[in-house]
Amino acid sequence: MSLRSPLGKVRGLGSAKNGTHHWWMQKITAVALIPMTIWFVSSIVHMTQADYEIVINWMNSPVVAILMMLFVATSIYHLKLGLQVIIEDYIHEEGSKIALQMIVTFGCVVLATTALFSILKIAL
Amino acid sequence: MSNTQRPTSPHLQVYSWSLEMALSIFHRATGVALGGGTLLITWWLIAIATGPEAYDQFRMAMGSIIGKTILLAFTFSLMLHLCNGIRHLFWDMGKGFDLEDTHRSSKLVLLSSVVLTLISWAVGYGMI
Repeated sequence: MSLRSPLGKVRGLGSAKNGTHHWWMQKITAVALIPMTIWFVSSIVHMTQADYEIVINWMNSPVVAILMMLFVATSIYHLKLGLQVIIEDYIHEEGSKIALQMIVTFGCVVLATTALFSILKIAL
Repeated sequence: MSNTQRPTSPHLQVYSWSLEMALSIFHRATGVALGGGTLLITWWLIAIATGPEAYDQFRMAMGSIIGKTILLAFTFSLMLHLCNGIRHLFWDMGKGFDLEDTHRSSKLVLLSSVVLTLISWAVGYGMI
């Protein structure tokens, strides 16, 4: 026997109240990534033969550094959202699902922080 | 869950392959591959931040045959995911769902990703 009422037991067990937030974020980052990817690729193709000095000088520009940070942050957020859905679709065992989601989240946060720190270190 | 052993869908073995199906699978596959590409970009940024030797190491690694193959796969994955992603955004707006339109956009997605990959590499090699 429990002192909790039937209503109390089921409260909070329904939808997480997130609605379409995940989907919407995936779409917003996708739209943002279209111009940023075009910028990234069209810049990077000129850097294939570049010496260290040239790359450093290029990344020292505030505009380049800011765009690079936005590109990295948006990409990794988009990546995290995508990988999350793939895990939800294919991994059905609750324990490994949660473990993988955590690995993906931690990995993406570490990756983003490292990349952003590197850009700041180069540009500042 | 019921224990009946009925076949569940998607039931890949019995479907005849279509370009749409392949592109849908490739969209996920390239998405995961681009995660690897993000690791490369981060390595590149760390190398630049570390100094000239680390940067040269990165260039050496990427200049090798294996490195170039990985970069080519990265470029194509990025272009395919970009082009097919744009198609998905149109689908999200309810546009392009006709069978004919879908066939046409499938071909367009594939063609543009190949062309964009070739253009990027031609510019990279200083040919354009």
